[in-house]
Amino acid sequence: MIFDDEPVPGYPLPILPGHTSPGRLERILRAGQFAITTELAPPDSADPEEVYQRARIFDGYVDAINATDGSGANCHMSSVAVCALLTRIGYAPVMQISCRDKNRIAIQGDILGGAAMGVCNILCLSGDGVQAGDHPQALPVFDLDCMSLLATARTLRDEQHFLSGRKLTYPPRVLLGAAANPFAPPLEWRAERLAKKVDAGAQFIQTQYCYDVPLLKQYMQRVEDLGLIGKVFLLVGVGPLRSAKTAEWMRKNVPGLHIPDAIVKRLAGAQDQAREGRELCIEIIQQLREIRGVSGVHIMAYRQEESVPEIVERSGVLAGRVPWYPGRDPQPNSHRKAS
Amino acid sequence: MYTLRLWSVRHARGLNSLYRGIERVLVALDPLWRRIGYERLDRPVAAVERTVKGMLFDCKMCGQCVLSSTGMSCPMNCPKNLRNGPCGGVRENGHCEVRPEMKCVWHQAIAGSARINGGAAAIRTVQPPVDRRLTGHSSWLRVARERAGGKT
Repeated sequence: MIFDDEPVPGYPLPILPGHTSPGRLERILRAGQFAITTELAPPDSADPEEVYQRARIFDGYVDAINATDGSGANCHMSSVAVCALLTRIGYAPVMQISCRDKNRIAIQGDILGGAAMGVCNILCLSGDGVQAGDHPQALPVFDLDCMSLLATARTLRDEQHFLSGRKLTYPPRVLLGAAANPFAPPLEWRAERLAKKVDAGAQFIQTQYCYDVPLLKQYMQRVEDLGLIGKVFLLVGVGPLRSAKTAEWMRKNVPGLHIPDAIVKRLAGAQDQAREGRELCIEIIQQLREIRGVSGVHIMAYRQEESVPEIVERSGVLAGRVPWYPGRDPQPNSHRKAS
Repeated sequence: MYTLRLWSVRHARGLNSLYRGIERVLVALDPLWRRIGYERLDRPVAAVERTVKGMLFDCKMCGQCVLSSTGMSCPMNCPKNLRNGPCGGVRENGHCEVRPEMKCVWHQAIAGSARINGGAAAIRTVQPPVDRRLTGHSSWLRVARERAGGKT
């Protein structure tokens, strides 16, 4: 999809009527296209080229790239900095903000700064506990929680003032997102929690890894019963499992991850387990596409990022569409010069 | 105390009624509190609250009690201080991601709120961020003062 108002990379698109952000992701979602987002593992480095190398892997296959904010409570380059680098050349990042490391003063400042740099999507997270990461000695902040963070970001955007009431001269024009885990207890309350997030301001959702499609369908039924379909864009988390051993390790160590035994067995029985993991991921994406209320997928391929293009390609969900990347259109606004 | 905290959630209905009763008494006594001075009362009342609520709910004295909206399970016992529902890390057995030996505070809250009249609706309310200035102060007196003064 090429927009006829394509700007110079690094410059924002115009905000369409009814949209809250100038972002490509919002345009894709509102146009009813099956959206694909992915996650960039921020480097343990101060070299910008390492960020660009990691982003380039996804060129032409994803609509937005999540810049994680100390995910798993491990220290890496900050999400704000990754977004600064990505927006500089036109990429559409989803800036993740976790409540674990920053208080409301820092967070509101980052939302304004992010939007000023061209960040159009913000994902509001509570964050993993510090015990999960490489600095368990650190002070867990949790001044806000994901819900009050959403409400705070919405206040900045829609009411144009800080939590203190002090006015903004220009609000952050962003699409607000949140996470959801349909697979963790209390299962019966997970859709209610989604409703609460939508109430607090969530416009899109990226979920935890889905390896149990029937369970997701149950959740989606409840989401539909609560009248949430059409009110929020739901991107379901998926990812290739490298081997049965990895799957076993992940379900023991990744908080809130649910992998059914059948999946582990299937991987264990395969000759090429990594290949089987990718096949499984593709099958799940294709099943998800058929579920009412699912607007796309969020592919998390930690340390297997290079497999994302193949997975997207073979799943066929882009249906010939080529998401924007720097250099996709040789002369992005030549038509304007001609006219 | 953890065991007593779990007991409180199991008896959320009765405790909530008791709580409402105490609140009504405190509001009714507003003229008295006013005469003595709310500021002067804050320390002794906070001490009582710390003891009673500490025993029943493992109260952390955030100073802005939301127990009636959380099934009498104190959300400040969540290691992430979540005041709006369970995180995505709840273990398959319903225990906490950060402290595996503890049942998830929100898993408990949902069970407790089902026992309270109007609890299921109250738990869906989006709670604002905590005002950290109120930490250590009496929540009861603040509520009495606000209710009597016509605020909320």
